[in-house]
Order: sequence, then structure tokens, then C-alpha cells
Amino acid sequence: MDIQLITYIFSTYMLPILVASTFSVLVPLLDVWSKKNKQIVFYATLFNFLIVIASSTNLLINYSNIKEFYLYLGGYTSLFDILFSVAGIMTLFATKQYLEKENYNLKEFYSLLNFAFLGMMIINHSANLLLLFLGIELMSISFFVLSGFIRTKMSAIEASLKYFLLGAFATGFLVYGMALIYGATGSIEYTIIARKLATSQFDATFLAIGFALMLVGLAFKSSVFPFHNWAPDVYTGAPTVVTSFMSTAGKAASFVAFILITKHILLPNDKIEELATTSWGMITEQSGFIIAILSSATMLIGNITALVQKNVKRMLAYSSVAHAGYILMGVVSNNVDGWAGISYYSAAYILMQIGAFVVVSLIEKQDDNRLNLEDYNGLSKSNPFLAAAMGIFMFSLVGLPPFGGFIGKYYLFLSAIESGYLWLTIVAVIASLISVYFYIGLIINMYFREQSNPIEKIHLGMANISIIIAIVGILVLGILPDVLLPTATSVFTNF
Amino acid sequence: MTPFILTLFLPLIGSIIILFLNKDNHKIIKYSTLFISILTFLISLILFFQFDSNNPNIQFYINQIWISSIDAGFRIGMDGMSMLLVMLTTFISPIAILSSFDSIHHRQKEYYFMILLLQFAMTGVFVAMDIFLFYIFWELILIPMYFIIGIWGGKNKLYATVKFFLFTIVGSLFMLVGVIWLANYAGNNILGTGFTTDFIKIRDVASQIPFDNQVWLFWAFAVSFFIKVPLFPLHTWLPDAHTEAPTPGSVILAGILLKMGTYGLIRFNLELFTQASINFAPLISWFAVIGIIYGALVAAVQVDIKRLVAYSSVSHLGFVVLGIFSMTALGIQGAIIQMVNHGLSTGMLFLLVGMIYERRHTREIAEYGGIARIMPVYATFFAIAMFSSVGLPGLNGFVGEYMTLIGAFTSPILNNWAFGIVAALGVIFAAVYLLWMYQRVFFGTNDNPANHHLTDLTKREWTMLVPLVLFIVWIGVYPSTFTNYSENSTRKLINTIEKQKFNRVPFPEIEAMQSDTLNNISKQIEK
Repeated sequence: MDIQLITYIFSTYMLPILVASTFSVLVPLLDVWSKKNKQIVFYATLFNFLIVIASSTNLLINYSNIKEFYLYLGGYTSLFDILFSVAGIMTLFATKQYLEKENYNLKEFYSLLNFAFLGMMIINHSANLLLLFLGIELMSISFFVLSGFIRTKMSAIEASLKYFLLGAFATGFLVYGMALIYGATGSIEYTIIARKLATSQFDATFLAIGFALMLVGLAFKSSVFPFHNWAPDVYTGAPTVVTSFMSTAGKAASFVAFILITKHILLPNDKIEELATTSWGMITEQSGFIIAILSSATMLIGNITALVQKNVKRMLAYSSVAHAGYILMGVVSNNVDGWAGISYYSAAYILMQIGAFVVVSLIEKQDDNRLNLEDYNGLSKSNPFLAAAMGIFMFSLVGLPPFGGFIGKYYLFLSAIESGYLWLTIVAVIASLISVYFYIGLIINMYFREQSNPIEKIHLGMANISIIIAIVGILVLGILPDVLLPTATSVFTNF
Repeated sequence: MTPFILTLFLPLIGSIIILFLNKDNHKIIKYSTLFISILTFLISLILFFQFDSNNPNIQFYINQIWISSIDAGFRIGMDGMSMLLVMLTTFISPIAILSSFDSIHHRQKEYYFMILLLQFAMTGVFVAMDIFLFYIFWELILIPMYFIIGIWGGKNKLYATVKFFLFTIVGSLFMLVGVIWLANYAGNNILGTGFTTDFIKIRDVASQIPFDNQVWLFWAFAVSFFIKVPLFPLHTWLPDAHTEAPTPGSVILAGILLKMGTYGLIRFNLELFTQASINFAPLISWFAVIGIIYGALVAAVQVDIKRLVAYSSVSHLGFVVLGIFSMTALGIQGAIIQMVNHGLSTGMLFLLVGMIYERRHTREIAEYGGIARIMPVYATFFAIAMFSSVGLPGLNGFVGEYMTLIGAFTSPILNNWAFGIVAALGVIFAAVYLLWMYQRVFFGTNDNPANHHLTDLTKREWTMLVPLVLFIVWIGVYPSTFTNYSENSTRKLINTIEKQKFNRVPFPEIEAMQSDTLNNISKQIEK
């Protein structure tokens, strides 16, 4: 490959990931170099996200996707890069105020945020199993540290330790699965694996075991039943801003991994009928069914458990488990509509869930005070804007039009029905019905109940920006879906 | 086309304007809301006169691409039934808003925002000619109504509003599955042009959906509509919601929202899943008849006037459902005019109950007695509304009930006189519970000192009631003004039904007109 072409690729396709890597190395150094200027790491991180958004948008609009240097570049990767950066920006604006409130305004936070972000991008861009593993580990390890960031708080330490021990265990499954798949097919590159499978040069037993083990690892990372038990504890114990980033962008990244694995290892949907009797066909059919079961169990259990929660953060944590179940419907469908549904739903989910967590982070007080559902009583009188914002996020999480969550859900349901999973859609509908009760419960508290000692008028500061991004984004996604939906479909059509 | 767009969007624009007004300036908020809704009514009048009632098809059709990848379009249009219901919406809304001046005293800005948003969504439900768009409007109703009951409601508002919300959303989420399944099946398997929610396209091929699937789709849609109507035994949310809602909320709920269910039954269940509808007609008619009798009996024993009126809705809507599932031209015509009637008479009853509640802050029948002597004008208006609700010949209620009963008697699909006979008993019961209540409240001795100083109606209250009375009498004396509008679109529907059941076309002249207007529509699409 001549030098001109390499320069060209580096300056266009590689730009987002190069920027992200540079900044994740640079930010810790900046922290050391500029002791006086305390703001610089904040702005450097913000700058990082903005450049990634700008360059990825450029790629998304003007370039198609390619595969180079073991990386997928452009296309769907740019779409997800933008989603991760938006999540990053929203978290970032809420972070400063939150850390000051907790008396933990340390600069390391920003470095870790950057590393986690880079990990997500590597997952997203990876074209082989090894890079995928690298990305997942980079992201997870950053999150282990971040969730225990407030190191004098018992609940945070517990969260961090729990996440680390279980996470390390899950990583074991993941890497074992990868090794077996390498053994079964003789390659770690997705496309070569897919080609070997298509020409039936593989060992069916090892493929099945390897795939199952990887499924376990990924299910853990995206808090899918029955590997979801860590999530509520970790999401509750971790600092709220960390939870908001980890339960949205982190989850979206895990689903990209899901898409990559299922897309390349399982049979394409349109060939299932003609190859149903081959071992590959059988593995595909059974895995599809198993993932569908996992998906339905995840959404039911997440929503049912959320019903009885008294703590807002814990309620949102369980609801986040349930949403993993909805997103998994797109993996089950294993077609373009399913993947497009995943990206659309992830976008809506990132906006509404981070929005909700930002409101929580503003209302909560030091040492986990003011996190109960009753504390939200009468919020519409004391803080009308926060209450209205939270109301919109809740309605969107329920999946009511005209908010983004509805269109996302509609598209996921559509993809599942198209690929013949009507029963899964009905389970999802029942799960959504259950979820109505607790989301609406919060709105009841805010609007219809009164409190004897109302919350003071809360100073929003920069968190205001995150909330406004979330509201505008949800409304745009809900009213003008053509902004994203055609792009989401087209990037997956030829990938 | 502009009056049509304005009729739909003016309330939305209004609600956004309200958002930017100063929240302490109550007068401006109130009067601009009223102004917007009256303006919408005037514009919809233009539409009413532009409408060609001889044309059985969808008129003023607009087809804009909205979400390209799932072919959900901004498709709106009206046939005769939609026209009447849109007029009902634009007519009742200003009256409800005027009545809010007396009954809403706190958080006014939010209230008027919600009520205009509600008007937008209700109009949208009646004009949407795209199933996805219909679903959006259908769900959009939920949010403003939830807040209207929850914030400005009575003592038990929390219970009532949560119940209302949960009942409605249970139905609508199953409808969502139905919508997606239908759009996928019709688009991919029958038309072969890919997923679509275009109502007209789906309607033209709907008869090709296999019967087994039609059954499921029928119930997926119908349960949602039955909850909204509400049909016995899914009615339990209604008495709570009606009683706890503030007066204007009840007026809108009874006057317009319930009609969305019956509208949906005609528009979707009858038109799309005709075979399944024919199959289930007797079953549903039985539920309707039970609802008529049950609603009337329960209404008779109520001690709260508002609750009594609420249960009378269950009974009256039973007639509408019976008329719809008689599947005769007369029955469906009767059902449509009865929807309008019920909106006028029950809306008026709720207004009147609200007026006395504002004066006495109680709705217990036992608290009153001899009111006719203290408030003669009020008593007269109440009598008119009551007689309209009872179905006294010469007032509107009679026309609708008479037509639905004839429909039930002569229906070749129900083919059983029992429906008509039992339902006719409901008319008698209605007379019993309403007259009895009237007697206890307005006649007898006036021995409660709290009632001695009640003042009669104010000018504002006159303004609300007179237009309602005008239309109650008009429909009672000369219903053709209104029934003409829905006549041909109903006949067209009957043609579709009878073609599938008996393989005959009862109204061939409508059939001849169809091809022309279809051409018109396709011309519009080309433009």
C-alpha cells in the first residue's frame, strides 16, 4: 500500500479513532503538566468528543464503510461513535457539578472517561476477535475504577469490587469462547470466520461451545438475564454520572459487539430455510431461540423487579436491565431492520436514560441522600423545569409517542415481527405494560403529590445543557425520525 | 386544503403560544385559549360547507411522506363520519374551555396548554388516514388527559387517573402489535411493496387477509376500542375518571374521547376486518346489550349526580356499539348520529352538574331538593338535557336510539329480535333513573338551608348552554342536515360488508361513484 493512500485513510477514515486515542493519552499528561489550570482536562475531554462527532458525521455523510488495518471504518461505526460521544458530552456536563457536590473533583475522572470512551470505540471498530477483546477490556477496566471513584463511600467500593470480580470472571468466558472459535474456524477475523463457515470448513462442536461461551461473556457485559444481577448493585453504588455513562453508552457498545458476533457467526436470516439441516443452520436456529428467551426474560425480570424499588437509582438500574432486553430483540431478528432498530433505540435510550440520571444527580445530595421516590414529591412546584424534563424522559422510557423511545420500540417490534418472532413482541408489550406502572409512579410523585418540606430551587449550572440536549434529541427522534432512521438502515445494508 | 390543515394544527400552535405566555397573566391565557378554539370552530365550519356529502369517499386527502423507511405518511382526510366527529370536537372544545373559566383555579397555564394539546390530538384521531399516525394521535390523548384528571381532579384523582392511564395503555399496546403485524402482512405479503401503514392501501386489500389472522387482528384493535368506548365489562375506569375529572375534563371525556372508540370500531374493525366483524357481531352485540341494561341499573342506584351521568354513558354507548354491530345502514347511521347526540346531551349534563357543584361543592343527590323553585332557568336547561338523554321524541336522543334499535331489529347479520327487545328496555330504564334523579333534585321540599341562597345561571353559563340546546333541538327536529353527511360513506361500508357476507350490493349507485373518486384521489397523489 503506497504512502499516499495510507495518509488519505489516516486523515479521513481513521481520524475519529486517532483523535480519541491521542486524547486518552494526552488528558492524563495535561493533568500533570498544568497543575494551575484546573479546567483544562475538562475542556480537552469536551474537545475530544466534539472532534469525534464532527469527523464521524463527515464520514457518515460523505464516505461509505471500508475495512483497513483490522478495523471497520466509516458506515455504522461512525454512527455509533457519534452516539458514544453524545453520551460522553451529556455525562461530562453533569460531571463537574456532581463531583463538586460529592467533594471529589479529581482530574483522574476525566482520564478514565476518555479511556472508557476509547474502549467503546475499539469495540465498535474491531474487525477481529482480538481487538474486540481489547476494546471490551479497556472499557470494563475503566468502568471498574470509575464505579469506585468515590473511594470513601462503602457502597461505591462494594459496587466496584463486585463489578470487578464478576467482570473478570465473565471476561474469562469471553476469551475462552474466542479461543474455541479460533480453534473451530482457524481465524480470528470476522470475515474469514464467516467465509469458513459458509464453505463449511469448521468444527461444529467447538463452534457451538465457543459461541455459547462468548454469549455468556457478552450477556454479562450488557446485563442480560441471567447475568444481570451485578447491574442494579453497581449502578446504584457507582457515582450517578458514571452510572449514566456506563448504563447507556457502555451498553450500546456491548450491543455493537453482539451485532458483530451474531452477524458473522450465525447464518444470515434469508438462508436459514435452505440450510436448516446443516450443523451451522442448527446452531443458528437454536442460538436465535436462546437469545429470544434471554431477551424476553431480561425485559420481564427487569421491569417486574423495578416495580418494587423505592430508590430512584435502583429503579432506573432495573429499567436499564429491561431496556437491554428490548434492544436484544434487534439481535434476535439478525437482519438490517433489527440492527437499525438497535442503533435507533440506542440513540433514544442514551438520550432519555442519561437525561433521567442527570436529573437524579442534580436532585441527590451528598452521601446518597434524597434518592428515594418520595423525595420527588411536589417537584413540579419547586423545580418545574426538572419535573417537566423528568416527565418527558419517563414517558419516552415507557415508549409513548411523540417521544424517541416510541419510534425505537416500534422499529424493534417491527424487526422482530418481520423475522417471525411475534411471541417475543407480545412479551415485550407485556413487559412495557408492567413498566408503565413505575415510570408513571415517578410522575405521580412529581406532579400529583405534595411534600411538607419541598426541595429548594436547584441550581442547574452546566447540567442544563445535558438536559436540553436530551429533551431536544428525544423530541426530534420522536417527531422527525427521518433524521436518523434512513441513515441507520443504510449503514447496515452493506456492511 | 388550508382550512383542513388549520383545523388540525391551530390548537397545537395555540398550545405552543400558551407555553410562552406569562404564567401569572391568567386573563390573557384564558382568553387566547378561548379565541383559538373558537377560531378553530369557525374554520372547521368552512370545511363543513366545502364537504361534498354525496361523495362516499375520503375527501380533503393529504398524503405527505413522513417516515420513509417504514412508509408511515402524514396522511389525513375525512369521510362523512370523520366530518361529523371533527365538528363535534371543534364545537364542544370551546364550550369546555369556557366552562374552565369557572372551575379551574390553579396552575392555569399548564391547564390551557394541556387542553389545547388534547384538542389537537382528538382532531387528529378523527382525520388520520394512516394507521401509524392514528396510533400516535391515539396515544397522544393519554398524556394531557392524564394530567387534567391528575392535577385538576377531585378527591380521588390519583386512583382515577392511574386507572384511566393503565386501562387505556393496556388496550393500545396490543393494538400496536396489531398495527405492526397488519402493516407487515399487508405490505410484504399481499401488496409486495414493503411495510406500509397507508390506510387506503391496506383497506383495499384487507379482504385478502386470511380469516384466522383477521380474528387476531380484530381483537388486537377491538380491545383497545372497547376499553375506550367503554363496553361492558371493560367500563370500570369510566365512572372513576368521569367523577374525578374537573367539569371540562368530564365534558371532553364524555363528549369526544369516548367517541374515539366507536369511531375506531367503524373505521378499522368494520372496514378492515369485515369477516371477523361479521363473525363476532352477535357476541359483541350481547355485550353491548348487557352494557345498556347494566349501565342503566347501576346508574339508578347512584347517590352522586355526576356518577349517575357517568354510568348513563355506559348505557348510551351500548346503543352505539349495538348500532355498529347490527351492520345495517340504518344501524350505523344511527350509531354515528348517536355519538354526536351523546356528546351534546351528556356533555351538557356534565356542564350542568359542574355548575351546581361550583355553587354548593357537593354532588350528593340527597343534599338537594326543590332546586326548581330557586333556580328555574337552571332547572329548565337541566330538563332539556335530561329529556335529550332519555330519548324524548323531538329531541336528538330519540333519533339516534330509534335508528340503532331499528338497525338491530332488521339486521340480517344479527338475525335475532332479542337484541332489539332487550335494548329497548334500556330506553325505559333511562327514563326511570334520570327522571327519578330529576325529581329528587329539583322537586320536593327545599328543606336544606344551604340551598336557599343559590343563584341562577350567569351570562357565561347561558352562553355555554344555548348553543348546545340549539343543536339538541335541531338534530331532534331535522336530523337530515347531519345524517346526510355520513349517509353515503356508511352505504359504501355496508356494500363492502354485504358483498363479503351475502355476495350482494345493496346500494349499487354508491359503487358506481367509487371509481370516479378513487381516480380523484390518485390524481391528488400524483400532484
